[in-house]
Amino acid sequence: MQLKMALAGNPNAGKTTLFNQLTGARQHVGNYPGITVDHKEGHLHYQDQKIIITDLPGTYSMTAYSAEELVARDYLVYNRPQVVINIVDASNLERNLYLTCQLLELGAPLVVALNMVDVAKARGIEINATVLAKHLQVPVVPIIARSGFGKDELLRVALQVASTHQQWNPLNISYGDDLDSTLPELIEIITAESLLTDTYHARYTAIKYLENDEQIQAKGRETAPKTAQLLEQLVDESTEHTRRTLDVYPEAIIADHRYGYIKSLLRQGVITRKFDADRLYTSDKIDKILTNRLIGPVLMLAILFALYQFTFSWSEAPVAWLSNAFNWLGNLVEEKLPDGILKSLVISGIIDGVGGVLGFIPLIMFMFFGIAILEDSGYLARVAFMMDRIFRIFGLHGSSVMPFIVSGGIAGGCAVPGVMATRTLRSPKERMATLLTVPFMNCGAKLPVLALLIGTFFGENKAKYMFFFTMLAWIVAMLAAKLLRSTVLRGDPTPFVMELPPYRFPTIRGLCIHTWERTYQYVKKAGTVILGISILLWAMMTFPALPEQVSISFDQKRQAALDTAAPETIGEQKTKNESSSEQVKAFDKTIALINNEEAEAALRHSIAGKIGTSMESVSLLAGFDWRTDIALIGGFAAKEVIVSTLGTAYSMGQVDAEDSQSLSDRLKQDSNWNRVVAVAALVFIMFYSPCFVTLVCIAKEASWKWAAFSMTFNTIFAYILAVAVFQIGTFFNLG
Amino acid sequence: MDNICLRQMHKNQHGVIKAISVSGELGRRLREMGLVPGTRIKVCGRAPLHDPVAIRILDSTITLRNNEADHILVEIE
Repeated sequence: MQLKMALAGNPNAGKTTLFNQLTGARQHVGNYPGITVDHKEGHLHYQDQKIIITDLPGTYSMTAYSAEELVARDYLVYNRPQVVINIVDASNLERNLYLTCQLLELGAPLVVALNMVDVAKARGIEINATVLAKHLQVPVVPIIARSGFGKDELLRVALQVASTHQQWNPLNISYGDDLDSTLPELIEIITAESLLTDTYHARYTAIKYLENDEQIQAKGRETAPKTAQLLEQLVDESTEHTRRTLDVYPEAIIADHRYGYIKSLLRQGVITRKFDADRLYTSDKIDKILTNRLIGPVLMLAILFALYQFTFSWSEAPVAWLSNAFNWLGNLVEEKLPDGILKSLVISGIIDGVGGVLGFIPLIMFMFFGIAILEDSGYLARVAFMMDRIFRIFGLHGSSVMPFIVSGGIAGGCAVPGVMATRTLRSPKERMATLLTVPFMNCGAKLPVLALLIGTFFGENKAKYMFFFTMLAWIVAMLAAKLLRSTVLRGDPTPFVMELPPYRFPTIRGLCIHTWERTYQYVKKAGTVILGISILLWAMMTFPALPEQVSISFDQKRQAALDTAAPETIGEQKTKNESSSEQVKAFDKTIALINNEEAEAALRHSIAGKIGTSMESVSLLAGFDWRTDIALIGGFAAKEVIVSTLGTAYSMGQVDAEDSQSLSDRLKQDSNWNRVVAVAALVFIMFYSPCFVTLVCIAKEASWKWAAFSMTFNTIFAYILAVAVFQIGTFFNLG
Repeated sequence: MDNICLRQMHKNQHGVIKAISVSGELGRRLREMGLVPGTRIKVCGRAPLHDPVAIRILDSTITLRNNEADHILVEIE
């Protein structure tokens, strides 16, 4: 039989390090349904015993306020692991034992893993594990998770506990006279009515009622409304009493007594300190520089810029390899398959689609590796600390800065890893607002489009305009975040209170596992959807095909060109002779022109083309004709596609996004385009619907509902801005 | 000995928490970080824009916004 083991503990107590140490690569990460809390599970064999370990989310407490805490508590009560390993940081014992205390109140079979005894020792803190075990009445095993010290002993003790303790045995703490008089009353009612007694001990339910625990109260109301009402009434009376006499809520009294219990326990010879508590440690000294009021922000900018460089320059080579490999594959198909729909599907639908999915992998890997370094070392918390004052103005959180920068806060990022990076935010509303506004930044795919339009219409001041549009992205993203936080994501800020953990060297193993997890999740969860949508978009740009007589008329034109050309020209053209004569060149040009015309006609005839043309009346308010509309629809696949689709729509054949001089000249001469239209188009392209890869990631990180919201909200928002730009610009005749 | 609000404390000033007058989520978050009456704290520093504030409590460093620090009354040593 498999043994179920759970790992619980504070964030930064070394829980994940221990988990990695115990399970190695045999782990699996998923999500709890509907929320973005990771569900990590790993396997291990010990003394012929198969063990499944669940790494519960790191929490400081066991209340019902955050998704993490609910997940941890629900896992324990519903899955009933045979043993729970509670990892505590020996260098910060008192605070860590607050969670231990609550696990004991729940009654779970516990083993305390006293981690980082080496760090504690270096800080002059000596902990007597035997005495601690005696007072807690559970085994305590000193370990060093980083090195694996004590791992075997921990497993041995845990298996021992699992084999003996089957009954959950809650710890009874006194919560002071005021509550100790109410508790028995509550317990009596709960026991008599058997309220939730199959899941929780009566005393535990009573404590949670006094703590005003919403989840338990809701469950109570659901199962036995009358009993629940009676309990709530008693709790209200007790609350009223403590409010009047002590000016505190019962939950505060309970917390005080938990700390009181811990303090008295620690005083009985558990802990001895060699140094004064105010002594500065290495970590504090580093903080004197890294969070210094003057140097700190400068260093932070440098570090974030380095991370950005690392992600986007180092991933350039692998991205290029991947893209070459897919080009090669495309060319192979081009040669082997006969012309037709199948060939088009394989090349433009499948190979481009798979290439699109895989193309992001190097980016995601590099970025998560970089973020993992910042996070595991403890620096990310300092970034949040320094940036919070600014981001808070817009209803965001100090931690929002990372996703914004990765998405293109420094022009040229990517919103896909940016959206995934919002995971580092633990405040739900702030996280959602960040998630929805990071696609406004100027990602690398928007840059060729920006470069084309700026180069064409503002060629003389290119650098200045590029900078202006990067700043504009920041301003609009911040204002949009504020707008969202005062409408659909309205609500008080989530408390900022957080720990600035001591600086630590990240372990290579931890970094690799973390990077692999994220990449794997992206491929598994987003990959299939992205491929599907890619094929769908291909179909939209391809079907319906041109009516037969139209394609026949193009064939006739080509035939006519063939007929008029001299026979030797055709012969030369067929053998692709290098030394082509002027005549051959002219002939090639004629054929290319006809092909381009046909491509334009086919695009216009497709579903996407029809949508584009039918939208012209609306889009003309912003100055866009049907050609631009089609290109914008194409941009939904990936923003750089706007350039190539615009090329096709202007009968220019294949336009390379990186080298669009011909298209630039064409736009300059077009009467539909001028400076005002260009700015309106730029604004629209920067802020309209994120590309579908980003949308799929939003859906996976939040929900499909939010992805749909992002698509419509951004498009309407961008449209309003573009119309405003075009109308005002035209009114003042700025074009 | 004076009782002042945490927001008014200077850098490197020590004190003992007298009272925390906030309930709900913020109250709970403060308590689980060890911010309960009777605990000794020290202000480590402030962010570049004076907010949030970083404090040393028990054996860890905690940061909170000034408007959150407003709920915490400290007796200065």
